[in-house]
Amino acid sequence: MHELSIARQLLDIVAEAATQHELKRVRRLRVVVGALGNVVPEALEFAFDVAGEGTVAAGAELEIVEVPVTVRCNACGAESRLEDFAFLCPACGSLDVTVLKGNELYLDSIEGEENNGTGPTDD
Amino acid sequence: MTEIKIVADILKANDAIAEANARRFAQENVRVLNFISSPGAGKTTLLERTLEHFADAPRIGVIEGDVATSRDAERIQALGAPVVQINTRGGCHLDANMVARALDELPLAELDAVFIENVGNLVCPVGYKLGEDAVVAVLSIAEGEDKPVKYPALFRRAAVMVLNKLDLLPHCDVDPNAIVRDARAINPTLDVVRTSCRTGEGLDDWYAWLERRLAPKE
Repeated sequence: MHELSIARQLLDIVAEAATQHELKRVRRLRVVVGALGNVVPEALEFAFDVAGEGTVAAGAELEIVEVPVTVRCNACGAESRLEDFAFLCPACGSLDVTVLKGNELYLDSIEGEENNGTGPTDD
Repeated sequence: MTEIKIVADILKANDAIAEANARRFAQENVRVLNFISSPGAGKTTLLERTLEHFADAPRIGVIEGDVATSRDAERIQALGAPVVQINTRGGCHLDANMVARALDELPLAELDAVFIENVGNLVCPVGYKLGEDAVVAVLSIAEGEDKPVKYPALFRRAAVMVLNKLDLLPHCDVDPNAIVRDARAINPTLDVVRTSCRTGEGLDDWYAWLERRLAPKE
């Protein structure tokens, strides 16, 4: 259950970004999670809801974009998506591959209401 | 409402502290290994055998991560090695900040290496860099041969896999060669050492691997 720890760090970053962009509430956010990141989306959603209570992102809609593992073969140059975790080139079978995608774990974007009152509020 | 692009790494706070830890280790010329395994794979016993073998040099300090108790730290302390116990109180992994605080209690200037025994868990510790030079994955054969394919991220990140408890082979329907084959499909450059801490089988290979990694200070 390290998703709780990840949710707390995510909320810290969201709060920082909300202050910087002068948002009074965060309504939506998008998080990108690579398949090698060892993060379970359902567990992160649950942890985010629990840890988010009382924060600027309380009740916000969390969109999680999952990124499959993509590798580039250093032998034949092919770029391929891996369906399982055998790190070999599906095109030529070489083991000499570089991971291009799959390690992501970042906050991509936020949406919310600005301090000057634009956007819907529930106050 | 407009979407605001942020693109901020969620573990950036941990990664920044891990980099500070790594700089501190480099300044003190200390090599650091992060041992990750499931509970009961034999990490602490492997450390005990290792500390007995390298009684004089290299000089090794230990950070013990456990959810609760100081039992592992007591086992290490009995061998005369400097040891710090971190209790995560339910937390499933060590993070870089916990290690940073533990470092203040270790005599780094007198050490050649620090071994960090992470909380027993094949999943969560993998995402948290601690500032180590390398990750050691410890897997006991009794856990079954599907572990590398089920927990690929650890085997992708590890520099070496210690395949432990070989003495249990007659009692397990497991092919160690299949474990090695699957682990190397995930990580072709993975070193593999096959050991039994109980019988001592293969430990010389492990010590040789460590000697290549841990050159003593001038």
